[in-house]
Amino acid sequence: MSIQESITRAQTALKEQPWRLFAGQISVLVRNGVRRNLFTRRRIWVYLLALTPVVILILKSIFNRDFNDPSQMENQTLNFAGFVFQLYYLRLGIFFACMGIFTWLIRGEIVERTLHYQFLVPVRKEVLVVGKFLAGAIVSIALFETAVLACFCLTYSQFGSAGRSYVLDGPGLSQLGSYLLVTALACLGYGAVFLALSLLFKNPIIPGAILMGWEAFAPIFPAWAQRLSVTFYLKHLCPVSLPVTGPMAIFMVVAEPVSPFIAVFGLLCLTIAVLVLSCFLIHRIEITYAAE
Amino acid sequence: MTPGSRQIVFENVSKFYGEVLGVNKVNFSLDPGITSLVGPNGSGKTTLMNLLTGLIKPSRGAIYVLGLTTHQPIEFFRQVGYCTQFDSFPPGTNGYDFIYWPLRLHGFGHDQAAKLTNEALERAGMAQVARRKVAGYSKGMRQRIRLAQAIAHHPSVLVLDEPLNGLDPMARAESIALFQAIAKQGMHVLISSHILEEVDRISDRVVLMSSGYVVAEGQIKEVRREVRDHPIQILVRCSNAAKLASAAFELDHVVEAKILNDGQGVLVRTRDAEQFYLLLNKIVSGGLVEVDAVAPADDDVNSIYQYLIGSDGGPA
Repeated sequence: MSIQESITRAQTALKEQPWRLFAGQISVLVRNGVRRNLFTRRRIWVYLLALTPVVILILKSIFNRDFNDPSQMENQTLNFAGFVFQLYYLRLGIFFACMGIFTWLIRGEIVERTLHYQFLVPVRKEVLVVGKFLAGAIVSIALFETAVLACFCLTYSQFGSAGRSYVLDGPGLSQLGSYLLVTALACLGYGAVFLALSLLFKNPIIPGAILMGWEAFAPIFPAWAQRLSVTFYLKHLCPVSLPVTGPMAIFMVVAEPVSPFIAVFGLLCLTIAVLVLSCFLIHRIEITYAAE
Repeated sequence: MTPGSRQIVFENVSKFYGEVLGVNKVNFSLDPGITSLVGPNGSGKTTLMNLLTGLIKPSRGAIYVLGLTTHQPIEFFRQVGYCTQFDSFPPGTNGYDFIYWPLRLHGFGHDQAAKLTNEALERAGMAQVARRKVAGYSKGMRQRIRLAQAIAHHPSVLVLDEPLNGLDPMARAESIALFQAIAKQGMHVLISSHILEEVDRISDRVVLMSSGYVVAEGQIKEVRREVRDHPIQILVRCSNAAKLASAAFELDHVVEAKILNDGQGVLVRTRDAEQFYLLLNKIVSGGLVEVDAVAPADDDVNSIYQYLIGSDGGPA
């Protein structure tokens, strides 16, 4: 068969797919997944994980009612970029929240013995994976974008009109946009990886710990290996350059700089590749709850 | 060759869980009607149903349902409804949502899904409690809401794993009537049960299983014929039991003729029922004995089961 014939056949096959049905099924899966993961007591720890820095900043602003010296703004910007965003949210908060949310999407249904309901409806398993992934993505992005936005606002509100001016007239707004973009991409990247891990392992905690180590030490790996980490792409999109000395240095090791476009595109490709892997993996699942 | 599009076909199906046998070399095809899978616990009934619906995959062989396989999930699950034995539900769901949302996944719009949901709830007798959380349902109610979900999309093949468990006598009778009504519409109803008397009454055919093997399948009477080497029992209620018993003993194929305690009949065990019935006709036409009733005494699933596997088919 020639390449042209293969392409024509693939195009015909794609056209014949019931895309409207798939879209309707995904919307139902997303709606049910969001309800199950966002509005539930089981996810209180994720709320805590997302909102702890917000609470700390609120308490700080309550007990420190005077506006900060505008000359401290650069320090605060570095602190926010380094400790709050890169250290806490990117490497801990989003990582662990995605681990909890995305590994539970399918593995949780096995534990609760309800996955068979999803397997007994006229839904392709690939559609199930995409629907579940989007539900997890919406939950994690909604929570962490809200938290990052709140932290950013609280950080600069401490500087009064100088802070307002930094955000509205200075680089603040574009920095905020970058933080929100990185947050969303982190949720997608980590989410896809944890969803795949949950389909590969009955207990994804150990592989999760290994992944955490991989993400932490990726900067010292060869360039090709760095590309297999989520933080490799996110680091290039963070809007504030951190000092290359001191405790924040680990975040700043960049072996091979890439453009923001490549970083976004690379992470989305990584996410899609891992999702495709999940689509293959879900076909291996059999409903034998007693064995779980 | 594509198997018949009206049949359920198992082609040399085996399932192993590691080294543990689930089912082995299952070969049969089923026409529409009520088919019962009968066997003690662990005999492979649920495994067979899970294989049929794709919840587990066969280690060997192939399964076709109306010419479809589970590799075509959209077409397949529009035709198949499965009420499993898993007594678990999505957390926080109520009866209505439990049926409504899967129907939306079938591709039904809101109005159609709501209509089908209400219809299924009515048929399962659950309409009054549909808005209550499933977690607060009794075992029988949970069984019925699962049944309602399985029938809601009007499947052509209904697979029911122990569907009468936990139901009170009234609900049992209603469920049986529902299965019979569905089967009369030309659909497949595949039921597993160890309550042999109920299966016996409602089935068009049976599949008898033991230790992962199908030991017999077909109409109950056909299955009985398959075990011809085992004598069949025939109960004859008559006026002159001693005379009938002595006449019966003259036949080679009669192995036992026992006069009933009340003296008003004989229980005959014979290897050739047709020959015995011929003899009985002769005796009756000769006016030697007045016969009130003749009936096979063990032509039910339970007896067949005892012959085949030396067990009564009850729970192990």
